[in-house]
Amino acid sequence: MNIIVCIKQVPDTKEVRIDPVKGTLIRQGVPSIMNPDDKAALEAALRIKDGMGAKVIALSMGPLQADAVLREAMAMGADEGILVSDPQFGGADTWATSATLAAAITKLEYDLVLAGRQAIDGDTAQVGPEIAEHLGIPHISYAKELRIEGDEVIVKRQFEDRYQLLSAKMPVLVTALSELNQPRYMTPRGIFEAYREKQVTHWQRNDIPVESENIGLKGSPTRVIETNPKVMKAPGTKIEEDVEKSVQYLIEKLKEKYIL
Amino acid sequence: MDMNFSKEHLMARQLFHDFAVNEVEPWAEQTDEGHRFPKEIVGKMQELGFMGVPFPKEIGGQGCDTLAYVLLVEELAKVCATTAVIVSAHTSLAADAIAQFGNETQKEQFLRPLAEGKKLGSFALTEAEAGTDASGLNTKAIRDGDSWVINGTKVFITNAGQADIYVIFAMTDKTAGTRGISAFIIEKGTPGFSFGLPEKKMGIRGSSTCELIFEDCRIPLENLLGREGKGFGIAMATLDGGRIGIAAQALGIAEGAFEKTITYVKERKQFKTPIAKFQNTQFVLAQMKTEIEAARFLVYDAALKKDSGKPYSVEAAMAKLKCSQVASDVTRECVQLHGGYGYIQAFQVERMMRDAKITEIYEGTSEVMKMVISGSLLR
Ligand SMILES: Cc1cc2nc3c(=O)[nH]c(=O)nc-3n(C[C@H](O)[C@@H](O)[C@@H](O)COP(=O)(O)OP(=O)(O)OC[C@H]3O[C@@H](n4cnc5c(N)ncnc54)[C@H](O)[C@@H]3O)c2cc1C
Ligand SMILES: Cc1cc2nc3c(=O)[nH]c(=O)nc-3n(C[C@H](O)[C@H](O)[C@H](O)COP(=O)(O)OP(=O)(O)OC[C@H]3O[C@@H](n4cnc5c(N)ncnc54)[C@H](O)[C@@H]3O)c2cc1C
Repeated sequence: MNIIVCIKQVPDTKEVRIDPVKGTLIRQGVPSIMNPDDKAALEAALRIKDGMGAKVIALSMGPLQADAVLREAMAMGADEGILVSDPQFGGADTWATSATLAAAITKLEYDLVLAGRQAIDGDTAQVGPEIAEHLGIPHISYAKELRIEGDEVIVKRQFEDRYQLLSAKMPVLVTALSELNQPRYMTPRGIFEAYREKQVTHWQRNDIPVESENIGLKGSPTRVIETNPKVMKAPGTKIEEDVEKSVQYLIEKLKEKYIL
Repeated sequence: MDMNFSKEHLMARQLFHDFAVNEVEPWAEQTDEGHRFPKEIVGKMQELGFMGVPFPKEIGGQGCDTLAYVLLVEELAKVCATTAVIVSAHTSLAADAIAQFGNETQKEQFLRPLAEGKKLGSFALTEAEAGTDASGLNTKAIRDGDSWVINGTKVFITNAGQADIYVIFAMTDKTAGTRGISAFIIEKGTPGFSFGLPEKKMGIRGSSTCELIFEDCRIPLENLLGREGKGFGIAMATLDGGRIGIAAQALGIAEGAFEKTITYVKERKQFKTPIAKFQNTQFVLAQMKTEIEAARFLVYDAALKKDSGKPYSVEAAMAKLKCSQVASDVTRECVQLHGGYGYIQAFQVERMMRDAKITEIYEGTSEVMKMVISGSLLR
């Protein structure tokens, strides 16, 4: 079984500050990390590998420094890392990103594609489902539980107040919530092997079978007109549990939002 | 500071940092306060390969190097010196003694489980009357048929009771002075091998420190480590490497206390201004930072020398001398900058100051470090 995990390198928003004047993110000097939902997707793939055997391929599109998240994925246990990187892919919105990633995926054999629900910088939650559409395969989003049975994947899909239990025949794409699991640590050995014994495969423009009108800034229909700090506040949540549970809940929520 | 670390070392440091902050720091106070050996944390480190960082993969290690191991001990010590010394005594004393001096069978039997994290190691040289002067050992090993019979008592042994595999030193020829010392490997559970009561310590209070008691303890002849009569050299060579671990521990303690203090002085206000605004605070911080960076260079240099196969005995002694002095000085200054809040248990620097002192004592006191260093100058 082959599992492809889509991994985005993102600025660590815990460390990001907002420019008080322009209202934009100050990215300078901010460390880059593996997008948290993607780490959960990778962990899910690695658990399937541990349980029943699978080849896990980590795939990322981004600048050359995104190499680091692929090495990290390999240090956690991914078998291969593929970096799609070319100046021509730069400035992509979700349409161009998903078109490019989907085209890269068509070059690989796969049973399951896993993505994070949402990237903590772009935050659209569109790329996963869009990849599935480009590939013409079904997708299940918001997975909080996932398992394989025969040729099907069974997913608990989270809603605000309930969940659905869904099954789909592979190949299928699933987007993971960070609640899906607690990702493992890398091992020192994994890190040294990832850098000293393994290679990240680099795919450039000409390696990817995607039409030019669908890539990069030019292939991106989205225009960012203005970015504003959020002023509207959603109605608050009232926690009505005993003290211990409330505190637990609160801490989890704050961590989820990267406030803690 | 830019040491031109490789990407793998930087990523390993990040891993060790994340682990220390997420898994170790939350327990550091209880570990100290309860004098409690952090079994769960050690278990996690064993699973993640942290107990075999510098050893080759072929023997179950992680295939990294001394520098990566130093980064591990340093990151752990920033948050918990107890956890750091457990790793250090296991890795650079017990396991490394077998890695350097064990034969193939011994490596397979004892080093592999240590490096794989299946077993914990300990190293026992010191005795009540033989501290700095190791030639004064009273523990005896006598050959009797197909076994060695050991009698005697070791004191102040780190990981004692918790460890499964012990590298110990005993006299095989009391008349020969240091040439009469031999090294042995003994497993916990061997009849005639028991432990004393835990010592009550000033710092690193979660680490286990107690006596090893040998009463007609019989071990197979094959458990002699290295050649008969070569134990003193084995002990000294192993301690050279161990000192790099203790230097890293001391560096980590200093850095941990320093980081806490930077945060504190920006928050604490007196005379309507953060105490960070006082020039005395600034100058003390500047001096501390400079000392820490100087110490850092020495310990990384010793590690790099060991990794590149160069002599490192003097470098390791200088690193331990400097780092342990810096740890004691910096933690004391950090307590001072915290005022009364530094003297109570609220901000961790109180613990760190107590923890720092031992780094000037074990694996050779600072005076011994000076003997090693000056010895190399006046040969
Ligand atoms: C300030 C700003 C505003 C933007 N506004 C918009 C906008 O309004 N509309 C728009 O379409 N684009 C916008 N973009 C671009 C957008 O953020 C992208 O970079 C993008 O295409 C990825 O979308 P996302 O980050 O929302 O990912 P999401 O859709 O949230 O990501 C979901 C999952 O898809 C996968 N994935 C996403 N990107 C990659 C990748 N590069 N490599 C591998 N896997 C990946 C990951 O598994 C991830 O968890 C904006 C960018 C900036 C800087
Ligand atoms: C918490 C803890 C953990 C330990 N863990 C271990 C362990 O795992 N394994 C192990 O084998 N040992 C261990 N030790 C023992 C430690 O290494 C010794 O305590 C240390 O080497 C000093 O020996 P001593 O205590 O007998 O002091 P002494 O040798 O009695 O020294 C007393 C003082 O005299 C000074 N001194 C001695 N000789 C000279 C000289 N010639 N010139 C100048 N000054 C001198 C010393 O520097 C010191 O200041 C541990 C000790 C402690 C406290």
